Amino acid sequence: MNITVKTLTGTVLDDRVHLSLEEICEACSVRTDWVVDLVNEGILEPSGDRRTEWKFSGSVLSRVQVARRLQSDLGINLAGIALAIDLLEEIEKMRCRLRGAHRESLNPEWPHR
Amino acid sequence: MSGSQEAGQPPSLRLVNSMEYKDYYSVMGVKRDASQDEIKRAYRRLARKFHPDVSKESDAEARFKELGEAYAVLKDAEKRAAYNELGANWQTGQEFKPPPDWGTGFEFTGSGIDGGDSAAFSDFFETLFGQRTGAQRSAGPRPEFHARGDDHHAKVLVDLEDAYNGATRTINLRTPALDESGHVVTRDRALNVKIPKGITQGQRIRLSRQGSPGVGSGHAGDLYLEIEFRPHRLYAIDGRDVYLKLPVTPWEAALGATIKIPTPSGFVDLKMPEGTSSGKRLRLKGRGIPGSPPGDLYVTAEITLPPANSDLAKEFYRKMRQELHYNPRGHLEA
Repeated sequence: MNITVKTLTGTVLDDRVHLSLEEICEACSVRTDWVVDLVNEGILEPSGDRRTEWKFSGSVLSRVQVARRLQSDLGINLAGIALAIDLLEEIEKMRCRLRGAHRESLNPEWPHR
Repeated sequence: MSGSQEAGQPPSLRLVNSMEYKDYYSVMGVKRDASQDEIKRAYRRLARKFHPDVSKESDAEARFKELGEAYAVLKDAEKRAAYNELGANWQTGQEFKPPPDWGTGFEFTGSGIDGGDSAAFSDFFETLFGQRTGAQRSAGPRPEFHARGDDHHAKVLVDLEDAYNGATRTINLRTPALDESGHVVTRDRALNVKIPKGITQGQRIRLSRQGSPGVGSGHAGDLYLEIEFRPHRLYAIDGRDVYLKLPVTPWEAALGATIKIPTPSGFVDLKMPEGTSSGKRLRLKGRGIPGSPPGDLYVTAEITLPPANSDLAKEFYRKMRQELHYNPRGHLEA
């Protein structure tokens, strides 16, 4: 038996969460320079002018993690990562819409949109 | 590295010892005499296809790991030669025992394993080529080695009502770990997690240091939970906005009415203006998923006709025909 039950409260990674450059690097196990490169490529858009003042929204974490995997697994360069992430997000939006449309056509009882 | 909400799996220490032959050539879709260039090209193509961030296939992660393992062997001349020594007569999934003189003629240098950083390779691989070095597979204490533990990812199914009220969910996680003798076992772990009010589809919750334990002074990885709503009987959801289809009678639509409608936060009275047409959408501001700003609740009126299944009902319809002089197709006749 290896069961432990405790109640935990996590952080919802939405736009109300603000992470510093150091926190992003720590959470994603990446170097500072690399995150700066992502910012320079326009993949991440922190608020704040100087690097020490940068604040990233919580949703940025998954972008950094996807970028890291795309680079290490597929050898994509930064420009390619930027393009891939934009396209993947576009596809995801369309999938959502498609699911909604599909659900309506299958189930006429489902609320109209 | 897996998470699920299915309850009822008995907590146990399970020894993973399936030892089945793996046909690395068929995994990569190349012939046994493929050149190193062909193997590299096949890897590149398949890695893009099955990368878990790109592919939505449910088995993409497993396929990607399998591919990484096949490539780790076939791209390395020493490992490939050793693998070929096993002969070509094996079938994928066949019970496999290494030959008794295995490992005497070959010496493996370097780890040769990269990509898929959290992937544990199969027992088949490890029997042939030894255990991976690194955080997950170091059996004994390695005082000089420090590494952060792996992050874990799991989906958590919630109801729309949970997004209005908040909730606590029990998450069962099954993670690979090492026992005292260095064998890979799966460890079951249950966590109670607070689902905060205002959560939306696809949002992620980060639980610091609830992933794999670190090695040495490295701290544990994080646990990421992705929110997924169960389909709801009444409502459709888009971001923070919620949609309800409301059947109404012709007289409610024509004359206006106050209708008691359900919302995820309880019943409310909806004032329907007179002359509401079918498909008209009414907005209840701020009645969607809570947040700043909160979402809205959209109610779509659907006019339904009373059935003409009695003399009285038929008489009503005939009277309407006589007295209303209504032509809904005027625009088609011009």
